[in-house]
Formats: sequence, structure tokens, C-alpha cells
Amino acid sequence: MDYFLTEEQQMIVDTAKDFAHKVIKPVREEHDENQTFPWEVVKKMGEAGLCGLYIPEKYGGTGLGILGLCLAVEEMSKVCSAIALSMAATGLGTFPILLFSSEEQKQKYLPDIASGKRLAAFGLTEANAGSDALGMQTTAVKDGDYYILNGTKQWITNAGEAEIYSVFAVTDRNRGSRGLSAFIIEKGTPGFSFGKKENKLGIRASATRELVFQDCKIHKSAMIDSEGKGAIIAVNTLYTSRPGVAAQALGIAAGALDESINYARQRKQFGQTISSFQAVQHMLANMATEVEAARALLYATARSIDKAGDAKGFAKESAMAKLYCSDVAMKVTTDAVQIFGGYGYMKEYPVEKMMRDAKITQIYEGTNQIQRNEIAAGLIKSAASKK
Amino acid sequence: MNIVVSIKQVPGTTKVAINPATNTLIRAGVEAIINPFDMYAIEEAIRLREKFGGKVTCITMGPPQAEEALKSAIAMGADDGILISDRAFAGSDTLATSYTLAMGIKKFGQFDIILTGKQAMDGDTAQVGPGIAQWLNIPFIAWVKKIEDVKEDAKTIRVERMMDDGYEVLEGPLPILLSVVKEINEPRTESLRGKMKAKNFKATVLSAKDIEADPDFIGLRGSPTIVNRVFVPVRSGKKELVEGATVEEKVSKVVASLRESKLVN
Ligand SMILES: Cc1cc2nc3c(=O)[nH]c(=O)nc-3n(C[C@H](O)[C@H](O)[C@H](O)COP(=O)(O)OP(=O)(O)OC[C@H]3O[C@@H](n4cnc5c(N)ncnc54)[C@H](O)[C@@H]3O)c2cc1C
Ligand SMILES: Cc1cc2nc3c(=O)[nH]c(=O)nc-3n(C[C@H](O)[C@H](O)[C@H](O)COP(=O)(O)OP(=O)(O)OC[C@H]3O[C@@H](n4cnc5c(N)ncnc54)[C@H](O)[C@@H]3O)c2cc1C
Repeated sequence: MDYFLTEEQQMIVDTAKDFAHKVIKPVREEHDENQTFPWEVVKKMGEAGLCGLYIPEKYGGTGLGILGLCLAVEEMSKVCSAIALSMAATGLGTFPILLFSSEEQKQKYLPDIASGKRLAAFGLTEANAGSDALGMQTTAVKDGDYYILNGTKQWITNAGEAEIYSVFAVTDRNRGSRGLSAFIIEKGTPGFSFGKKENKLGIRASATRELVFQDCKIHKSAMIDSEGKGAIIAVNTLYTSRPGVAAQALGIAAGALDESINYARQRKQFGQTISSFQAVQHMLANMATEVEAARALLYATARSIDKAGDAKGFAKESAMAKLYCSDVAMKVTTDAVQIFGGYGYMKEYPVEKMMRDAKITQIYEGTNQIQRNEIAAGLIKSAASKK
Repeated sequence: MNIVVSIKQVPGTTKVAINPATNTLIRAGVEAIINPFDMYAIEEAIRLREKFGGKVTCITMGPPQAEEALKSAIAMGADDGILISDRAFAGSDTLATSYTLAMGIKKFGQFDIILTGKQAMDGDTAQVGPGIAQWLNIPFIAWVKKIEDVKEDAKTIRVERMMDDGYEVLEGPLPILLSVVKEINEPRTESLRGKMKAKNFKATVLSAKDIEADPDFIGLRGSPTIVNRVFVPVRSGKKELVEGATVEEKVSKVVASLRESKLVN
């Protein structure tokens, strides 16, 4: 399929592909097995210019938009989505700054993120506030020029490894979703610590930890936008970042498809390659069709966001891309394991990891149930506004 | 710090066929790459620049297509590239090649360190690096596996030279030529920014006249090497069974046969 990529977009694909094969592939199993954070890869990812694709040039990035981000995430996720996530989740933590911060905050944080020198993270979820994220408990109480934060954020990607955190807290309990605010909090701030590293089913090279705030004193200049804007910042960040999760899912699916085709062509049973069996062929045909459909939806969504300049008008499409690509990833990786048979179940082959890694894409940045809610809400809203 | 890296474009496979009629390599249809050993030289040059500042210039002698090798070097992070290309260089052996490269480097002007690969993947002689140093009358250290230190003010460099049974620490003055081994580093992949720069990059092309080369030292005329025959050795698959009553007898027969074929004496 020709997606009419520009020369620059094609260069992103080529750079990321080369990087994934030469730098990520040799270490992906080791990091998965030991749940270690791939710092040596992250450093080189920055050197390769893959960390600042969505950041404008004036802040040290390449200014190639959400599609640029997606192309790189897809290509790297074909090889290892967990390692690609270090960059993608940094994007999630960076969007609040990129979309809502003051010029001064942008100048302070974006160049180091663009160069890959520092990672970012996004702290929204809590133990009792998952899908209902806005029902959070963490508080930020005003005290002169400062805010005092107390509370715990749960399952935060890149936590402990990142240095820059976009954190959400309640500043006014009485105002509901208008009583939330967002802050940029740096690692090392007194009163800010991390919980233990979670032991996970998949994306094991990605670090997931708690952010713990105990009387953590933050100057008001660290607030993003103004008091009460937290919900708007969180929601718009997710609209912008969901294509990145979709790209991760798409990459996993496309990687599993490639592995499956190669394997089916060389595995022999009953004296012939298993690719000669129609049952296997049809599985491959379905996988390929779904991967292509997912890609078309994602690229169209990313392009729409880039053309409009922001994702506000594309909440529904962004949710669709995340929903569809992640469902495809789960299905395609499950079929990939099936095509590999017993070998697919073994860690010596890459598809069991892909299947484990795929599952998270249906859960984080809003479960797929929540995406469907979002899509339906968008449909109903636009139908109502036509009256 | 001015660093020059001499890179050679080679066929991207070790299985190059040789045309038996002309004794030349069949290059058509074979993808060309930067000599793998030279990738380490480029990486080391970029690291030196990252540490000490300055400029990395890659130089290659070859046909116009060799510009692609320079573009790849730019994509990795080199600053500039020079292509020495002229029909007059055709038929150069290692002596003429190293003379030509030395003249090109001289033309380029100031340099502190020249890096080359340990050897070329196709020619394999490992003579061009030392040849360049000789023509430029500068010191040369082969098989460098680590640059320990460069003292810019004192103009000295300390390196580790790989040996069969360990390594030697050597110190030398700048300017110097070093040939590097693969143990020295891990070459980076091409970066996005580099690729963008490479897209619009045009190498400076220097002809025999541009480098003021003496016609007696270049091309076929400057190449005393005579290639008698180039061939792919054939495995005959011939076997011989040695019969004998005792092991001693069989062994002495083997030894005698090896002596006869002058394989041992
Ligand atoms: C590995 C990992 C990394 C993560 N990284 C981050 C991060 O970097 N930052 C961050 O802030 N969060 C992060 N999260 C949190 C993630 O976004 C939440 O887990 C997710 O939003 C779901 O919340 P929950 O787990 O509490 O599930 P719950 O909200 O408890 O949902 C349980 C089930 O109920 C369903 N459900 C809930 N509400 C509805 C509804 N209204 N309609 C229909 N079905 C519903 C859900 O779809 C789900 O199936 C991460 C989670 C994991 C596992
Ligand atoms: C099959 C075959 C046929 C040949 N036929 C002839 C012939 O007919 N007549 C003849 O005179 N010679 C011939 N040669 C020799 C050929 O000219 C040499 O390959 C060339 O001089 C370079 O030597 P090398 O490949 O051994 O490089 P090496 O000395 O092994 O290379 C060492 C390093 O020197 C540098 N270097 C080498 N070449 C270049 C270059 N061109 N530009 C920039 N840097 C470079 C690189 O850094 C390289 O890592 C032939 C070689 C082969 C393999």
C-alpha cells in the first residue's frame, strides 16, 4: 500500500527500522527476561534523532508531528514495543508541556526531551482512579507561592527512570473536574519518591512504578497553564497521545505478521510447508488485511491531527485508532502464536512476547471500553449538533 | 580538532565473483557499502569530535558512485566528504592509491588525526593506511583498539594497539595516522538529522589535476604491482586413504606425503 509518505517521513521509517534491527533486536529478550530498563538503547535513540519527532524545531525537535511520532513508534514496535515505549510514554508525559505550558517551561524542558537526554512520564492514574481518572485523590494544597502535594499515582510508565513528570492533583475538591490541576515535577524534588517496580505480563523492559508524594512542596511556577485546567490538559493530552499507543499496537501486529509469514514458509509438516495449508493461508490473509486497515485508520487520524494543528477535533478518531489497532494487535499476535504452534509458545521465538506485549495496548491510556464510550459520545454529540 | 577518515567503498558481500577473462571483480548488481572496518574509523572520529570539538571529513578515492559512501558517512554524523575521482586513477595499486589519498589529504589542509580501517574487506592488504602515512611523512599506529587520551596542547596521543596476546600502550605526536580494529567501538546507526543532511549533500570532487598529482605516481603508471592471476581457489574434493598395519606406519606415510608436496620439511 502506498501511504504517500514524504521523503522526510520515509527517512523516519528507514532510520527507525535500521535502529530497531541493529540496536534494539539484539537486546530485547534480555531486557524482557530481566525486566531491566534499556538505558543504553534510549541514549542511542536520542542520537539517532528518534526522540524529538513530534517536538517543534524551535525546541530542538524535528517538527514532524504526530505522524512522525507514529511512524517511528510503529517501526520500533515491530521489533520491541516495550523499548519503543520509553520514547512513546515520554511523549505522553511531554504533551501537557507541549500543548499547555508557558514558553518558559517549554524552553526549559523540551530541548532535553527532544535530544533524548531526559525522559518524561505522565502521572494520572491512582489505585482507586483508573478509568475514572478524574476521581483522583491526590491533593495539591495552596500554601503561599507553593502547593503541597500528597497522594500516590499508580502504574506510571517510565517512573523512576524519567526526570520530568506531568502530575495531576486535586486543587479544589468542591469544583469536581474543574478542581484539578497539572504540575511539572522533577525527579529529586524533596517529598517525591517512587514505589517498587511492578512485575508484569508484558512490556517488561518498560518501568512501571508508583509516584509517591508526601508533603511535596512545588512552586506555583511549576503549574501547567492555570489552576483548574487539569482535566482539560489530561483529556487533550490523551486525544493527542492515543495515536502513539495505536502505532505501538500496529507495530506489534505488523511484526507478528512478518514473523508468521517467514515461519509458515519454512516450517514443514506432512512433507510440505505449512504455508501451503489453506487454513494457515487464510489466517495470514486476515492478519494482513487487518494490519493494513489498522494502518490506514491510524495514518489518516495522525494526518488529520497534524493538519488541524491539534487533536481537539479528533477525539473520536483518535479513540478509534487506539481501539482498532490494539484489538488487531491482540488478535494478530494470538494468531501468530497459533501459526507457530508449540514453538510459538516458547521463549526462543519472538511471538509469545509480542502476544504478551500486545495486551497492554487494550488497557492503558483508556481501556478499549472507555474508547468505545468516547467514540459513541462523539457520534451522539455530532449528531445532536446537526439539528 | 581536524579529523580525516579515509573510507573505501566495497561490494556489500564477501562473495564477489571474478571475471576469469579479465581478472577483474564483477561489480555489476552488487550493492556497494562502506568497508565495514572503516565504519569503526568514522564512529571513532565522531566520538573524538564530540569530545574535543572540530570537524570530521571523510575522503574516498573511487568512481563517481563512491559519493554514496560519503553520503552514508554524513548520515552517521560526519561533517564533510571529499571524493577523489578521475579516470587517470584507474588501475591503481596500494602504492598509487595511498599516494593519491595522501595528495588529496594534503590539498584538504590542516589535520590532526587521520583514521583508516584495519584493512579493506575486498583488497585485504592493509597497506593503504601505512602508505598514506608514509607519503605524508607522519607516524602511523596500526590496529588501534582504544584511544586513551589526546593532549591537544602538547599535541600527543596515547592509544592501545591490539596484539595477538594482549595490547600495547603507545604514545605518539600529532598529526598521526591510526588504523582501527573493530574492538574500538560500536558504530552508530544513521540518524534522522544526518539522513536529511545527506540528502542534499554534494561531495567536493577532486581530480588528478586538483590534487596536483604527479602523473608518474598515479593510476596504472604509478602502480608497480602486477596482478599475475586472480582466481577463486577450487576445492578439488580429492581424498586419499592411507593404508598401513600400525598407526606408526600410517603416520610416517602421511608425513612422507606432506614432505613430498613441500607442505612440511
Ligand atoms: C503497564 C501499565 C502502564 C500504565 N502507564 C500509565 C501511565 O504512564 N500513566 C497513567 O496515568 N496511567 C498508566 N496506567 C494506568 C492505565 O491507564 C489504567 O490501568 C487504565 O486506564 C484502566 O484503569 P484500571 O486499571 O483502574 O481499570 P478499571 O477502571 O478498574 O477498569 C476495570 C474494567 O472495567 C471496565 N470499565 C471501567 N469503567 C467502565 C465504563 N465506564 N464503561 C465500561 N467499562 C468500564 C474497564 O474497561 C475494565 O475492563 C498504566 C497501566 C498499566 C497496566
Ligand atoms: C580482486 C582485486 C583485483 C585488483 N586488481 C588490481 C589491478 O588490476 N591493478 C592494481 O593496481 N590493483 C589492483 N587491486 C588492488 C586495489 O587497487 C586495492 O584494493 C586498493 O589499492 C586498496 O587496497 P586494499 O583494498 O588492500 O585496502 P587496504 O590497504 O586493506 O585498506 C586499508 C584502509 O585504507 C583505506 N583505503 C583503502 N582504499 C581506499 C580508497 N580507495 N579510498 C579511501 N580510503 C581507502 C581504508 O581506510 C581502508 O580501511 C586489486 C584488488 C583486488 C582485491
